[in-house]
Amino acid sequence: MIVYVIRRLLAAIPTLLAVLTLVFLIVRVVPGDPAIAILGDQATPVAVAALDHKLGLDKPIWQQYANFLGQSLSGDFGHSMITGRPIVTEVGAVLPFTADLTLAALLLGCVIGIPLGVWAALHRNRPIDYAARLLSLLGLSFPVFVSGIYMLLLFALHWHLFPVIGSGRAGDPLDQLYRLVLPAITLGIVMSAYITRVTRSAMLAVLGEDYIRTARAKGVPWRRVVWHHALRNAAMPVVTVVGLYIGILIGNSVLTEIVFNRPGLGSIIVAALNNRDYTMLQGLMVIYCFLIVVVNLITDLTYGLIDPRVKHA
Amino acid sequence: MRQLTHFVRGYPATSIGIVLCVIVVAGAMFAPWLAPYDPNDQTIVDRLQPPSADHLLGTDSYGRDVLSRILFGARISLLVAVASITSALVIGGAIGLVSGYVGGRVDLFIMQVMDVLLSFPSLILGLIVVALLGPELINMVFAIALTAIAPFARIARAPVLSLKEQTFVEAGRALGFSHARILFVHILPNIMSEVLVMGSLWMATAVRTEASLSFIGLGVKPPTATWGSMMREGFENILDAPWLAFWPGIAILILVLGLNMVGDGLRDATDPRLRGET
Repeated sequence: MIVYVIRRLLAAIPTLLAVLTLVFLIVRVVPGDPAIAILGDQATPVAVAALDHKLGLDKPIWQQYANFLGQSLSGDFGHSMITGRPIVTEVGAVLPFTADLTLAALLLGCVIGIPLGVWAALHRNRPIDYAARLLSLLGLSFPVFVSGIYMLLLFALHWHLFPVIGSGRAGDPLDQLYRLVLPAITLGIVMSAYITRVTRSAMLAVLGEDYIRTARAKGVPWRRVVWHHALRNAAMPVVTVVGLYIGILIGNSVLTEIVFNRPGLGSIIVAALNNRDYTMLQGLMVIYCFLIVVVNLITDLTYGLIDPRVKHA
Repeated sequence: MRQLTHFVRGYPATSIGIVLCVIVVAGAMFAPWLAPYDPNDQTIVDRLQPPSADHLLGTDSYGRDVLSRILFGARISLLVAVASITSALVIGGAIGLVSGYVGGRVDLFIMQVMDVLLSFPSLILGLIVVALLGPELINMVFAIALTAIAPFARIARAPVLSLKEQTFVEAGRALGFSHARILFVHILPNIMSEVLVMGSLWMATAVRTEASLSFIGLGVKPPTATWGSMMREGFENILDAPWLAFWPGIAILILVLGLNMVGDGLRDATDPRLRGET
């Protein structure tokens, strides 16, 4: 297992470099001078040149690239142009909120999605299956900001069950948990929709295998066949999809945070957009890249845990 | 007529999807005739009216008719979705086609770049690109296209790998056809159906992304009606006028659900093995 972990860690390095290069390119390829974008088109050439110098944009492109890579890899994502504070500090302050939300949504997605997908697969082309497929189709058709606002309309404004805004009083875990409910459900719906779909199709593929028939022929109880023999083998595609969609989840958490007025990466992004905080946006992009690479790494390591064949390959 | 009932019986979900899409497309096309009011006409005395006989879906904080704005907003959603997915399909498809055909290290490199692009949260990518370029219709199309290029490249490349080993390609080469001719005249038609199915599924994503960006405030500039910006306005007035946020959401849902259902149906039709499996 140790060898497998080390190998995956090493393999993540080129990916990280590639993603960082992509961020660098996207920010550079975008037409127009960022200094003009920040200062507005009325800016004097002197002011533009000064800002270019401050951002290091007057250096040759390869030197900018080298600096960018060096700083990013050493964990220095630059400073916010507006507040002047390091981006790592600003992000670090709110990251726990986004992490809470994303993990809660992921958990909810698995708790709803996996049993629903298994259930649908076991009752293929019967009413339960149709209902599960319709629900998952609905779930992935709702943009999260729409479902979030509908949640607010129904549970907060109509039934007064939940507060309309906020992340709760600091230091009161119960209150924070209570305020996490609606945002987590909003985000969890999307995740459970994807997980239901993929669990269903993975289970359908596995249930047709010979070893399932063998297990049944041996007299293994059906319940055990489904949950131990079939689901264990259907887990790989499910984990793959969960890993892939965490990217979508992180993106959607921005919208959820806006709707529920929660602190988090979303609020930082929106503030950076409104203030044209160019360095902050680039830094956030790099941080998102790190998050995605880490998630991919965890997905790979999970493969090793659930399928012993992987780590020996 | 009999064929039609046969189709509806055989593919109920796809039929519903087609109906939903047709409703939205018709609403967008005939918006100037269907809309009871000018979508940008402000009547301050009528602001924040609940739904009534005069204003079927109520009015917004400027006294504009919500129904009229939803009808005209459909045009932006459809325009952005069609334009961005068509560009992504053409560019991504060409990248995948050439990458798979050339093979070797070039292919490896291009696909690695595409994988990186694919792993990036598309909403964040779109958001940052639009923020850097400025909130214009064309930039929105560019940003959404950028997020969708990688999947098209992947889906176009996979079949090319096996197609290029087939005898008809060999025959073309023996006849002295240029690579371009083999690629675009002989290989391209064979991968079109898969790429188009993918296109219909990604249209739904594009509509969602456009609405999300508009909701964040990066959409087409006001006063142009878009569903996302209408949701935003409704959200800001959620305590006084809850219907404002309700109706544009339904419009978005109808279109996205319709596109997803049609996309699923097309995928099942092109790949019978998958029928009813996902």
